[in-house]
Amino acid sequence: MSRAAPRVGVITFPGSLDDRDAMRAVATMGGEGVSLWHAEPDLRGVDAVVLPGGFSYGDYLRCGAIAGHAPILDEVRAFADRGGPVLGICNGFQILCEAGLLPGALIRNASLRFICRDVFLRVETSQTPVTRELVAGEVLEVPIKHGEGQYVATPEQLSDIDRQGLVVFRYSTEGGEVTEAANPNGSIHNIAGVRNAAGNVVGLMPHPEHAVDPDLGPTGGQALFASLLSGVLAGATG
Amino acid sequence: MSFSFEVLVTLRPGLADPQGKAVEASLPALGFTNVSGVHVGRHVRLDVDAPTRDEARAEVEEIARRLLANPVIEDFRVLEAGAEADPRSPREAASP
Repeated sequence: MSRAAPRVGVITFPGSLDDRDAMRAVATMGGEGVSLWHAEPDLRGVDAVVLPGGFSYGDYLRCGAIAGHAPILDEVRAFADRGGPVLGICNGFQILCEAGLLPGALIRNASLRFICRDVFLRVETSQTPVTRELVAGEVLEVPIKHGEGQYVATPEQLSDIDRQGLVVFRYSTEGGEVTEAANPNGSIHNIAGVRNAAGNVVGLMPHPEHAVDPDLGPTGGQALFASLLSGVLAGATG
Repeated sequence: MSFSFEVLVTLRPGLADPQGKAVEASLPALGFTNVSGVHVGRHVRLDVDAPTRDEARAEVEEIARRLLANPVIEDFRVLEAGAEADPRSPREAASP
């Protein structure tokens, strides 16, 4: 008997947009999506947590700043401290940075333009819940859609990131070359996603949840959700 | 007592300021060709009820540190905007 499908909680904040797509991506890849509400400090016993994209609190103050103090964030922090897998996508990534669960911050794209297109990502490490089935150097195609996706960090944070290998994804060419031309938003060192030191918390600006259905474009997001679900089944904590 | 403060939040030096750059780049079209170093920040005004100005100020500093500014990318300054809240504010006008 295989155990029941992994339960993946998807948190909805006021202004979240991609919570339904994240729920659908989880289900498409064989998991059970569990809808969570930002104001209820209860993760309902889920095996993993996704903070989806959107414009929580209208992006007022700074993207993710208000949501970073939402009641459920204390639960997410405790879950992360126990080694539970946490994935922040786009606005979810911004929220995790604002909450201090991930290093760095996201600011306005260097071009000042909102960008919506498919990009290529080079996987930098398999030591995360969403890349455990991938190998470093693999290239995935997924869409981005953001106005504030330029990753920045303090010099101290950048040296930590380098030393501990915290970069999970970099914007690259289809062949995996990390070039300036492949960098859509001016992110430092082409960083598209990072993890925490323990490895169980991951955030990225691109949208894997929009890239699981071949009828709708690239499918580079499948491997991330497959990794997340198989990790839960294998009892991995990150 | 109600004390009024203004908090100025600015991007840390050395960080790219695309908003400031965009404003600067638009100035020559208006005839201003002698302007440089344009930076865009945020201005927050708030009234705090507290026994003393020092306590109110300490609270504002904490608010700025924990919410109004992100220390990774921003610096802030707290300015005092007068001992009394603006008398034109509705809350002040409503009290006898």
